Amino acid sequence: MFDFLFNISQLTDFMGTGFRLSIPIAFAALGGVLSERAGVYNIGLEGCVLSGAFGGAVGAVITGTPWGGVVFALLFAGMAGVVLATLSVLMRVNQIVAGIAINILMLGFTSYFARVFFPDGTASQNISGFKTFEIPLLSKIPILGQPLFNQDILFYSIYLLVPMAWWVMYRTPWGLQIRAIGEYPRAADTAGISVLKTRFVVVVISCALAGLGGAYIVLSQVFVFTENMSAGKGFVALAALILGRWNPIGALMAAVFFGFADALQLRMQFSSPDVPYQFFAMLPYVASILALIVFAGKVKPPAALGLDFIRSGK
Amino acid sequence: MIKVIEFAFRLRTIWAVFLALFVGGIMIAAAGHNPFTAYGALFHGAFIDYYGLGATLVKMSPILLAGLAVIIPLRAGLFNIGGEGQIYMGALCSTGVALYVTGLPDLAHFALVIVAGCIGGGLWALIPAILKAYRGINEVIVTILMNYVAINLVSYFVSGPMMQEGAPYPYSPEIDDHLFLSWIMPGTDVHTGIIMGLLLSFTFWFILKYSSVGIGWSTVGHNPVAAKYAGINVKRQILISMFVGGAVAGLAGTIEVIGLKYRLFHLFSPGYGYDGIVVAFLAGLNPIFLPFATLFLSGLKAGANVMQRAIGLESTIIEAIQGLVIIFTAASLALKFNKPFWERFLNRKEAPSTVKGDSKNV
Repeated sequence: MFDFLFNISQLTDFMGTGFRLSIPIAFAALGGVLSERAGVYNIGLEGCVLSGAFGGAVGAVITGTPWGGVVFALLFAGMAGVVLATLSVLMRVNQIVAGIAINILMLGFTSYFARVFFPDGTASQNISGFKTFEIPLLSKIPILGQPLFNQDILFYSIYLLVPMAWWVMYRTPWGLQIRAIGEYPRAADTAGISVLKTRFVVVVISCALAGLGGAYIVLSQVFVFTENMSAGKGFVALAALILGRWNPIGALMAAVFFGFADALQLRMQFSSPDVPYQFFAMLPYVASILALIVFAGKVKPPAALGLDFIRSGK
Repeated sequence: MIKVIEFAFRLRTIWAVFLALFVGGIMIAAAGHNPFTAYGALFHGAFIDYYGLGATLVKMSPILLAGLAVIIPLRAGLFNIGGEGQIYMGALCSTGVALYVTGLPDLAHFALVIVAGCIGGGLWALIPAILKAYRGINEVIVTILMNYVAINLVSYFVSGPMMQEGAPYPYSPEIDDHLFLSWIMPGTDVHTGIIMGLLLSFTFWFILKYSSVGIGWSTVGHNPVAAKYAGINVKRQILISMFVGGAVAGLAGTIEVIGLKYRLFHLFSPGYGYDGIVVAFLAGLNPIFLPFATLFLSGLKAGANVMQRAIGLESTIIEAIQGLVIIFTAASLALKFNKPFWERFLNRKEAPSTVKGDSKNV
């Protein structure tokens, strides 16, 4: 069952699949890290991934280029983010309720508008996706070269965005503000930071990032949009960010772990046809739950996570 | 006047529904159809037409129970998003008992099938509850992830050990007919599951409002620290409320099998567990309003197909409207009635008129 680990070409193939499957989760988890560090649960990541996937399909079809898909994905997921931020930050709807509402709304909207835009289903979608290109020299590294450095632009961008997010969060005043708001919003407010404005902006960025994850599924992996195609990736991302201890780099590593778990179950489905495929299909979700159990209690979420902020003394 | 405004405010979820239908109407118009014809066809097909009403009530039975499965644990502060998985596990356990336990008197067998469904759903919900109570793991994520596990598990059983021989599609053999729920509307599929749902809604309204158990849960939900000082075992209440919620969802799975399909099908629930979340909030988390909220949502779903046949509008518009309904109700429930504001507003409006009256007298 595991003999592919000792065959170089099969191993690089497997690792390539693992890294690619981790990308949507990584985008969503990075978005989730940002919003939760600012103290806002983003249960709506799943809906944002889905709206990003839909935006990716619509944009690529309308403009004829995958870049149009990226723009629409950012736009649609960003709009979902505006709704989520309005509800959970400004109107102080319970953050979990608001997130669930966004998921149900985006599932309904994408299903309906997909039928309107693509009346003949996947057949009428002519989606031009991103092409892979090799990064000179690096792609020649044995084993790791091809899986990591012969990919497309969205793949590389997560490996640029994560260090950037880390740098913004830990090395810039704005990052300090975000973290302060997530830990002790009253103190941040006293220091003159607008808690609501910052949270609003961060939630919108968070959803837009998750939308890029959805765009990656459509523009780099499957090249069609289907109903509810996010299939729980946004929820796995929520587990990944806890596992990654609310740190962008940790979240990326956790996403890679889940991507590899997914790649492993896909490979095992083919290599062990005598074992019912359902057991492999549930593996990524079981892995997420087990990871939460193992790491629970050892990690501390941002102190003000899930609490709404009211400026008192008015 | 202030009383009228306050009353209008209390009805805010109803305004939210109208707003959702209004925005949905704009979307229908944008798709090139007349919204009034569309809604007319939908509501006639869902509530006026006898067979249409039957279809509505058939959908209503599981959604009503799934709604209760959200409301009950939420009293104790737990978000049960796992209704879908609990429905599947309830149906799985019930079908297992229905097919493989033999030699019992009919009534005992029937009771055992019901109990098995409740236990299946309840135990499935107990896992996230234990993780929440003893390890502090967020129950939202765990319940959602467990839905995917449960759906795959049922899919495995009905395409493997429990599969009907020679079936073209994964489903189990038919259960014995002494287990069937009886029909209550001649010519339609409406079964006694709807009565169970209504009775349970009323029962849980009473339990949550008047019993010490319900009040204990509310205390845990509002302020776990205070509950602890009041001598409530918070962890135990978390486990019990989730188990009860899961059991009710499990029952929803059971009645789908013994009331409607008579077999366990692969992917048999079209998201009833998630619909339960929508109706729970639409009902303002109050079991007594739940039947009305569920009737409305089930009507939308049942009428959608009629509408699609009548005017050719995509029935998935209903999913979009359902999303709008939950967004607007969630927002409306967060609003607080600002009495001083409205009092000032009314006084400001009345003030100039008295001045005008005075000037006339002069």
